[in-house]
Amino acid sequence: MKKSAFLGALAATTVIAGAAMAGTLDDVKARGELICGSNTGLTGFGTPDANGNWTGFDVDLCRALAAAIFGDPTKVKFIPTTGETRFTALQSGEVDVLIRNSTWTFSRDTELALDFVAVNYYDGQGFMVKKDLGVSSAKELDGATVCIQTGTTTELNLADFFKQNNISYQPVTVADDSEAQRQFLAGACDAYTTDASGLAASRATMPDGDQYIILPEIISKEPLGPVVRHGDNNWGDVVRWTFNALLIAEEKGVTKANVAEVAASSQDEEVKRLLGVSGDMGAKIGLPNEAFKNAIAAVGNYGEVFASNIGEGTAINLARGLNALWTQGGLQYAAPFR
Amino acid sequence: MALASDVPKDSFRLSMLIYDTRYRSITIQVFVLLLVGLFLAWLLQNTAANLAARGKEFNFGFLWQRAGYDIGQQLIPYTNDSTHFRALLVGLLNTLAVAVLGCILATVLGVLVGVLRLSNNWLVSRLMTIYVEALRNVPLLLWILLTYVILSEATPQPRDFRITDEMAAAGEAPAASMILFDTVAVTNRGTNVPAPMFTRGLGMLDLGPLSINLTTLAFLIVLGGSIWAYRSLKASADATQEESGVRPTTWWQSLLIMVLPVSLLSAALGLHWEIPELKGFNFAGGILVAHSFTALLVALALYTSAFIAEIVRAGIQAISRGQSEAAFALGLRPGRTMNLVILPQALRVIIPPLISQYLNLTKNTSLGIAVSYLDLRGTLGGITLNQTGRELECMLLMMAIYLTISLIISAVMNFYNASVQLKAR
Repeated sequence: MKKSAFLGALAATTVIAGAAMAGTLDDVKARGELICGSNTGLTGFGTPDANGNWTGFDVDLCRALAAAIFGDPTKVKFIPTTGETRFTALQSGEVDVLIRNSTWTFSRDTELALDFVAVNYYDGQGFMVKKDLGVSSAKELDGATVCIQTGTTTELNLADFFKQNNISYQPVTVADDSEAQRQFLAGACDAYTTDASGLAASRATMPDGDQYIILPEIISKEPLGPVVRHGDNNWGDVVRWTFNALLIAEEKGVTKANVAEVAASSQDEEVKRLLGVSGDMGAKIGLPNEAFKNAIAAVGNYGEVFASNIGEGTAINLARGLNALWTQGGLQYAAPFR
Repeated sequence: MALASDVPKDSFRLSMLIYDTRYRSITIQVFVLLLVGLFLAWLLQNTAANLAARGKEFNFGFLWQRAGYDIGQQLIPYTNDSTHFRALLVGLLNTLAVAVLGCILATVLGVLVGVLRLSNNWLVSRLMTIYVEALRNVPLLLWILLTYVILSEATPQPRDFRITDEMAAAGEAPAASMILFDTVAVTNRGTNVPAPMFTRGLGMLDLGPLSINLTTLAFLIVLGGSIWAYRSLKASADATQEESGVRPTTWWQSLLIMVLPVSLLSAALGLHWEIPELKGFNFAGGILVAHSFTALLVALALYTSAFIAEIVRAGIQAISRGQSEAAFALGLRPGRTMNLVILPQALRVIIPPLISQYLNLTKNTSLGIAVSYLDLRGTLGGITLNQTGRELECMLLMMAIYLTISLIISAVMNFYNASVQLKAR
């Protein structure tokens, strides 16, 4: 009798373990807080300021998500993860969603049992060197010592690039961006390689940033985006459509400032659905109907998020480039909100 | 006693399993064993269920896939086209290299410091006390980081070694220069030392996944032979001394035995040294000993030596004063008293705790991750784990490997311990 009760409890725990994977949205609601896996500190993308408030391009997407779920962009906790720890943190359930410049690749999507639900930044891997090194192309880096963050796709791209060009290098593997910067600034490596956006962000925080140049070669495709666990499709939809909502808002000219006014007066059916005026769209994925309106009100549309964190005029000073809307020759294209 | 035989055999009742002292302990043991078994079964079942829920299967097939990443320090040939298993081996050898060199260095330093701490010289013994207390009371990780930062920040960049045409014309010297007759270059990346090269090398012996460098093997065999010959020479000298009381002069024979065969082999294989040279961004040629390796080795050796020093001191103080007084009475000088009388007896006290220090040092090599030293933790438990997403397999494999290394060290040291125990006469 006792034994069968024990075995029954055993079976129940297993079922609970299985069920916990499937209902991330319910877990988040029950907890009253979203847990977002972020970078340990990459200026412009995700970094805590002097008061411990997280800011950045990726961080704003987390805040938009919190606003969509709770109507409050502050109900989010950030867990810093390194290139090495991020996927384990996500898989183990330590974080609900990983929004931390992570590249969408085949093996991560399949073998690691993750789902990349959107691409919020189209990037590529570049190299940064000191100006007085006299190097103008990555192909001239034969024999150089290169700082590289471990656990990243860039690590593998680097090996491929040097092999294809039949040149050699000495890798110095580091855990995160700040360690890479320290080694690079101390001259322990000749070149620092990571996503071009990350290089620009690093350079913006260096004391003498104009002493360094980013080489013209972009050696890979790095579609960066939010990641969730494989198998929880509803949660994946919540993240994907919150991001899409920000894109559509930019497309339709809905901004942080005018969102309330547009919601009250717009005659555009898609905008009305987006802002929860008609269609009950939020309810279909377990969110309040005005979820996306709250998200836009909290952080602004995609263009605003880009411009305020990493766009031209900020310290990082990145052009929209591939990340312009499809209507402006870029790749950012959201499926219709219908 | 008669009472015990009075108990009728057929009177066994179930309640006796608890109330009868003859059975109680067995009952408890069986019960606890069952609980432990159930707990393990639950762990396994839970793991399997969670893996299945994530759509992951448990298998080690990834070890034979292409690794795709590069490793800075490699003691066996490795490229990014090699398998993850090969990367594991490279990491394992890097771990063992630090562990073995670390144990040797720590022992030598530790014995020296331990003995000197007992010195009658006030200054020496106090200095050694400071050494021990400072080293063992600061976390090892900090020592590793400190050593690394000193090595990488206080040394010149490779470009400082360059002599441009203008500098040559103006007769200026470069900001930094090589040391030891222009053969060794210390940069902020590592120490470039000359590499032995062979014009008539023996090549590689290919054994499937493993290949053996025959030149290295030849040297190891010759060296082993020399050591064997040296030991038999010493044994015969001992025998002569026992018999006649006079020790034959053997130093020139020992020297010949140790030096001649290796030199002959080197000459036969055409040994020459490849001196590192500044080429492009870095020194090329020679062997690059990265600062991550040096820092890890130095910090580990210094840290562990402080503990070994204390063990040695305890071992020496465990020997009764009568032993040294007897040795002095026989006219032995302090040095010989230490070497011939005290240390051999102290060893049996020293070795058991010394084993734990060796095990600690070996496991502490995994802190190399802090200075980007790609040991077993860095390759298998770091990059391979990350790129393949096989956390469970990698971690279990890594634990099994560390366990095996530790057990081997324990076994070898226990064997040695048995051989130095006091023999019953």
